[in-house]
Amino acid sequence: MSKKVSDEQYQKTFSYKFRQWLDGTKDPFLGNVEMKKQESFHEDAETIRQREEDKKHLTEKVYDLEHNAEVRIFRKIYKVFCVLFCTFLVLMLLAGVSYLPTFGSADNPANNEVAARYIENGLQETGAVNIVTGMILDYRAFDTLGESHVLFIATCTVLILLRIDRKEDKITYEADDRTHEPKNDVILQTVARILVPPILIFGCYIILAGHLGPGGGFSGGAVIGAGLILYLNAFGFAKTEKFFTAKTYRRMSFGALACYSIAKSYSFYTGANHIESVIPLGTPGAILSSGLILLLNICVGIVVAGTMYTFYCMFRKGGY
Amino acid sequence: MDFVRNFPFISIILSLFSGPLSSILNGKWAKRLNTAVISVIGIMSQAVLVYVLHTGEEFVYYMGHFPAPWGNEIRVGVLEAFMAVFFCVIMLLCMMGGIAERQKEIEETKQNLYYIVVNLLLCSLLALIYTNDLFTAYVFVEINTISACGLIMIKQNGRTIEAATRYMIMSLLGSGMLLLGICFLYDLTGQLLMSNIKEQVQLLAVSGQYHIPLVVSLGLMSVGLAIKSALYPFHAWLPDAYGYSTLSSAAILSSLVSKGYIFLLVKIFYRVIGFDVVCDSKVINVLFVFGIIGMIMGSVSAIKEKDIRRMIAFSSVAQIGYIYMGFGLGTEVAVVASVYHILSHAATKSLLFVAASGLTDASGGSRHFRDLTGAGYRNKLAGVAFTVGALSMVGIPMFSGFISKLLFAQAAMGHTHKMLPTLIALAISTVLNAVYFMKTVIRIYTPVPKNPDEATVNVLPTTECRNISAKEQPVKSVALFLFIVLNLILGLNSEPIIRLLEIGINMFG
Repeated sequence: MSKKVSDEQYQKTFSYKFRQWLDGTKDPFLGNVEMKKQESFHEDAETIRQREEDKKHLTEKVYDLEHNAEVRIFRKIYKVFCVLFCTFLVLMLLAGVSYLPTFGSADNPANNEVAARYIENGLQETGAVNIVTGMILDYRAFDTLGESHVLFIATCTVLILLRIDRKEDKITYEADDRTHEPKNDVILQTVARILVPPILIFGCYIILAGHLGPGGGFSGGAVIGAGLILYLNAFGFAKTEKFFTAKTYRRMSFGALACYSIAKSYSFYTGANHIESVIPLGTPGAILSSGLILLLNICVGIVVAGTMYTFYCMFRKGGY
Repeated sequence: MDFVRNFPFISIILSLFSGPLSSILNGKWAKRLNTAVISVIGIMSQAVLVYVLHTGEEFVYYMGHFPAPWGNEIRVGVLEAFMAVFFCVIMLLCMMGGIAERQKEIEETKQNLYYIVVNLLLCSLLALIYTNDLFTAYVFVEINTISACGLIMIKQNGRTIEAATRYMIMSLLGSGMLLLGICFLYDLTGQLLMSNIKEQVQLLAVSGQYHIPLVVSLGLMSVGLAIKSALYPFHAWLPDAYGYSTLSSAAILSSLVSKGYIFLLVKIFYRVIGFDVVCDSKVINVLFVFGIIGMIMGSVSAIKEKDIRRMIAFSSVAQIGYIYMGFGLGTEVAVVASVYHILSHAATKSLLFVAASGLTDASGGSRHFRDLTGAGYRNKLAGVAFTVGALSMVGIPMFSGFISKLLFAQAAMGHTHKMLPTLIALAISTVLNAVYFMKTVIRIYTPVPKNPDEATVNVLPTTECRNISAKEQPVKSVALFLFIVLNLILGLNSEPIIRLLEIGINMFG
């Protein structure tokens, strides 16, 4: 038999509040969180008129559909040919695939001396316990060097397209972003405060342990990038500007790519000229092992994280 | 090992490294770096060419400590080294020719991004030329595609954004098909190294096993690269991309980017599949037919065009058609003709773009034909250069275009089925070329009438015209002059170049 509590006291207990929250009678966030009612979507007559004018300009002036029979006919034929082309491509690919060697059978041409050496000698030759990492960052490092520059050039083209450099545009875009940014959302901020550190640490772990187990620069960098984006969403640009600006990104990606290029140039040069490389492979399984792979993984990780974060910033407001 | 053997590797790494380096420099220094890098790579490639000609055999360079099927390797022969030299020369001249337009049309803060894109484009072209690994080729095709998009949209207006979107969609379709083709081939042979695939494919061709997937893979790769290099029915992205991007981009895109893919296709034909297997499959007939249609339809579209830049762009469609027609003939002589046409078209098309911009500068920036009346008198050097380019495109003796047409005609001789269509298409296409290029040349040398009357009022330029002397745009003038010289060298001194190409193609096989 428990002690009877007065109603007043009972209402202060945690279980009462929890019960209220379950019933839906009281929302604990009501009054504590800044809330904004969603406004219904209104368009003023001016924008509608403008849009219709643009459309009219496009059909009448740019393409001149009325007098341009070629374009009209082309648009009709185009649809037919689209369907025909896709059907043809799909059928051809299906036909081709059905004649390929059986998937997973042991005597497939792909199971040859190339794969055998990766599996049998991969550990001794690269020092990486994770064969995949050994393959992409040591045996076929030139491909990966190209691949990390694909990310770099992709960022550069996104910068060309979306970066806002003119002062007056910058101000409008900033203001536009402020209005749509979630402001001090308690839920988001609390979750971010709890989650972001583990996400970043986990990303670092994936990168650093790339040669010891599943992981590597590409996946780890993506995790770190996601963590940074979450942090940015929760706390806004004011916080991230303190440690990540355009200058940071430029220096970081240059440092990482230069490091990668120089390290790999050394290894290409010594390999091709049959000079013994001075970089020790170390004990397989130790964190400082497998020659250059750890360094390359870190470089790739930095590039990937920077790329993801930059993409997000560019698409959001055209600046950091 | 001779130190010269390191040069191809050093040139790839140098251009790759200069990309990120440009990102921390400002526009002015990035420009200097870019010029220096292209020149140094050109000189190094020249040294490699001399070395390979001297030793008389190609050499392999390991990219890393592991031999070929396990690691990456690059392979350098005469054709590769020659292409590298040629691409560097053309790129340097294109960058020189478009220098003033870049200052004007690209935002000050984005100047260095342009040079990053150009450096990485050069790197991808070099890697496509030298690589002996099919997957490495795909990785650098990706870099090439993305940087080409960057080149188009750096001049930011609605037209270029639309052009870049179109280019992106078509080009990615091509990349996807190339990748699928590589996957098929890997599944059939278990190799990615070009020479090893070729051994396996020869075995498969003899035994007749996996015939259908092999043809599908070959078809996918050829069509994928044909889309990327704007073969006729897939050329919709081309006129806008070449017509509205900034000058050096247009010149580089038309003379280098599309040629890089075509060179990769030659490589796939000779190095990966083996040219006899390619000829036995019917894929080359498809390329032949579309090449011929492209030769005629490209010229027809160019005739209808009233904008000089777009007209030159449409002429590219016709010229790409020539190159694919050469592949379609399926003989070694024809492939030499095609490769020669790659050189001749690259040299002529970039000349035309630069010269046309000189003419439009003298016509108040308008590219409309009516405003170009008498532009040849207002900007004399550009007028001469445009005339040289036009004569070369039409195929007048002394200029490079004549030699490639002669080679095509010679290659077609004695071909049982394809002789007649080739010769007829060559004849029709030459006449059509003459129609639109001579029309332009006549237009730019029609003097503006002093006292316009009823009859001549229609040819009066509507924009404000001014005279431009060669001294006013010194860099562009030097570029134009060098382009003319290059064209004359290709046209008058073709014997050694053709012999070089023959040695190179033999080394390929």
